[in-house]
Amino acid sequence: MSNSIRDTFFEECEDLLDALIEGLSEMSAGTHEEETVHAVFRAVHSIKGGAGAFGLDQLVNFAHTFETVLDRVRSGEMEIEPDLMRVLQRAGDHLSDLVEANRIESGVDETTHAGLLGQLNGFLGKEGEDDVADDGAEEFVFEALSIDIGAPMETAPQTAGFEIRFTPRPELYANGHEPLLLFQSLSQLGSLQVTCEYASPPLGASDWQAPAASWQLTLATSEPEHAIHEVFEFVEGLCELDVQPIPVGPEQPEQQVVTEPAQAPPPTDPLPKPDHPRSAEPRQESRPDPKPAGPRPTLRVDLERVDRLINTVGELIINQAVISQRIEEMNLPSGAGLTTELEDYKLLAREIQEGVMAIRAQPVKPLFQRMSRIVREASDATGKAARLVTEGESTEVDKTVVERLADPLTHMIRNAIDHGLENAEKRAQAGKEPVGTIRLAAFHRSGSVLIEVSDDGAGLNREKILEIAISKGLVSPEADLNPGEIDNLLFMPGFSTATEVSNLSGRGVGMDVVKTAITSLGGRVTIQTRAGEGTTFSIVLPLTLAVMDGMVVTVSDQTMVVPISSIIETIRPSPGELHRFGVDGWLLSIRGSYVPIVDVAGCLGTGDSRADIREQVLLLVQTEGQSHCALAVDGISDQRQVVIKSLEGNYGHIPGVSAATILGDGKIALIIDPDAVIANSSASLRRLPDPRLEKELPHGIAL
Amino acid sequence: MKPKVLAIDDSRTIRELLRACLENAGFDVTTGEDGVDGTTKFPEVSPDVVITDINMPNMDGFGVIDTIRRGEVNRSVPILVLTTESAPELKARAREAGATGWIVKPFDDASLVSVLKRVTGL
Repeated sequence: MSNSIRDTFFEECEDLLDALIEGLSEMSAGTHEEETVHAVFRAVHSIKGGAGAFGLDQLVNFAHTFETVLDRVRSGEMEIEPDLMRVLQRAGDHLSDLVEANRIESGVDETTHAGLLGQLNGFLGKEGEDDVADDGAEEFVFEALSIDIGAPMETAPQTAGFEIRFTPRPELYANGHEPLLLFQSLSQLGSLQVTCEYASPPLGASDWQAPAASWQLTLATSEPEHAIHEVFEFVEGLCELDVQPIPVGPEQPEQQVVTEPAQAPPPTDPLPKPDHPRSAEPRQESRPDPKPAGPRPTLRVDLERVDRLINTVGELIINQAVISQRIEEMNLPSGAGLTTELEDYKLLAREIQEGVMAIRAQPVKPLFQRMSRIVREASDATGKAARLVTEGESTEVDKTVVERLADPLTHMIRNAIDHGLENAEKRAQAGKEPVGTIRLAAFHRSGSVLIEVSDDGAGLNREKILEIAISKGLVSPEADLNPGEIDNLLFMPGFSTATEVSNLSGRGVGMDVVKTAITSLGGRVTIQTRAGEGTTFSIVLPLTLAVMDGMVVTVSDQTMVVPISSIIETIRPSPGELHRFGVDGWLLSIRGSYVPIVDVAGCLGTGDSRADIREQVLLLVQTEGQSHCALAVDGISDQRQVVIKSLEGNYGHIPGVSAATILGDGKIALIIDPDAVIANSSASLRRLPDPRLEKELPHGIAL
Repeated sequence: MKPKVLAIDDSRTIRELLRACLENAGFDVTTGEDGVDGTTKFPEVSPDVVITDINMPNMDGFGVIDTIRRGEVNRSVPILVLTTESAPELKARAREAGATGWIVKPFDDASLVSVLKRVTGL
């Protein structure tokens, strides 16, 4: 069996399992439509069908039992009730495990497997009729091709052949059968003599479709009678068939049979076929869907090809920047044709880039749906009842982001249930409903994707967090930390709030791993918590990992790029809007509020931080804690798309710098991470929330 | 000219299996992803034989048979039903619906081809 088809099978299983898990969670929530149950059944059925082709027996058997239960549900024989739903969802999870185990050719947990099979069969036993056991047993047998055991074997040796009278009904032709083909099959069993008898239909007869021809066949063969019936297997019920064995005797010389000219109609002269279709009663299930909506046609492409394309588009954008720069340097008169065409070229390059990026975009729905399993498992392991509510499932994110979010989200959800939610008793005391809610939401916000994991638990216990951090030597006992800083201690390596190591969230990794994973995607994570109401972890991610819109700025004679997505506005302040703050700090007064000014050059250590603030340009940006801050730079030169080139592989992480890019003149420019820059400066600006913990500033980053 | 098969199954795996096997056996293979897709392609392909799954979204295999048998063109084309069940009532139902024959999944290449040859003579 070809390996590529095997790969296809497992790829298809992923889609089917997604559909299955989605359908099951809709059924569980009671928001499903009738079609959902059918889709769930089909998903399991297709997995079974494919698994059968590859001889994956364990998978086939499990899918078969699962499917039998689902069949009862869809036919209405079984009611969807909570106990059944729980087993169905576990069976769905287990089916995923089985598929994965078969893919990597390993085994599954036998106890779970047997247990679930037992539970599923239990439902069949409880609800089913007497024939359940037989039913199951019979359907487990997959015959390679129907071989009906017909007439008893003992007739075979006594016969020289068979006299067959064959009279087709009109339905036989309508069903696509061709008597000639039947005769050909018969002739493979021995020597066949065919006589055709045409009967004139009675004039004016209403049933003019009645058979116009019948055949008398003589077959000399040593084959048993059931071999004859096998030939006629498909036409059974569509014809009148009479098979009589010819006893062995001297008066039946084989010769006679062969010398008789066969009178079968020549192949060029097709047998009379009634031109009218058989009358069929309308069947409910065969009615075509009035609006065959279905999924839109899709094309599966090797990911590597897409990534190659994305790389090439990145090069195209750099190339476009180079050409733009060269043309600019030519100082052409304004209105010159070349300038207009260049604009067109930029536009096209951008459209190509967006189109290519869209290929990689995927809805977060399957990812979110996988999390319902995590919630179930965590809920079981902790004994805390929890349900998952999702929002914005159709939000699209880069494929890599979707893939690499699975682990962080899993960890955050486990954490939220393990540490966030209170136990039933405490929830009752707080007047909350007994089942805790974990909310998973995704939405787009100004060029980024925001993903939130919230619980309606007790909120972070800051005293305890601080206590643990001090006891682990992560902060000094004298440290004066604001609430935001305390919350962020959760992200420190080596921090774990679990006093006893539960097998759930305490796997030796903490939230620092979550943060690292998200940072590596160019994102950031923040915490909002309210005592008694719950905690929300917000993850902000870039839409794509390859290209972004940037503001090209100058910072002490170096060209740098600030992501447009974080800039709210650019301001050249008038002297009256600037106010001294402390020794060398400045505040910007804007529309009635004061915003701290952060000197980028000073923060990155690239030059003299005492540049005259009155001559600088300010970029108003939003910080992680949703408040504002102004970044001071020496000048703004352009706004353009830049291709993101990671520095981490070569330089390691540089606080304040997220990546680098290549500009039109071929020079490399650093891409600034405004949040990190602000956090670095926050040592002197206490009022800013969410200070980063890296307080060591790198000095003298040289290009 | 190669004989033409229209193979309709909502499972990509089964479609690929059918394609591999049938192309190997010298057929010109067109596939349909569900009943609606299959019956839409049917008139333009004008196949010598149709193979269809039963359980499919949008339109099931019985719908496929019904649509073809009630259609204007090529209505008496042989139609083979793919089924995972060997239950006799399912076979009877397929025959009742107008199927020419059936193939029980999982199928092996040889038996699939032999059933095809049996109903098409090709």
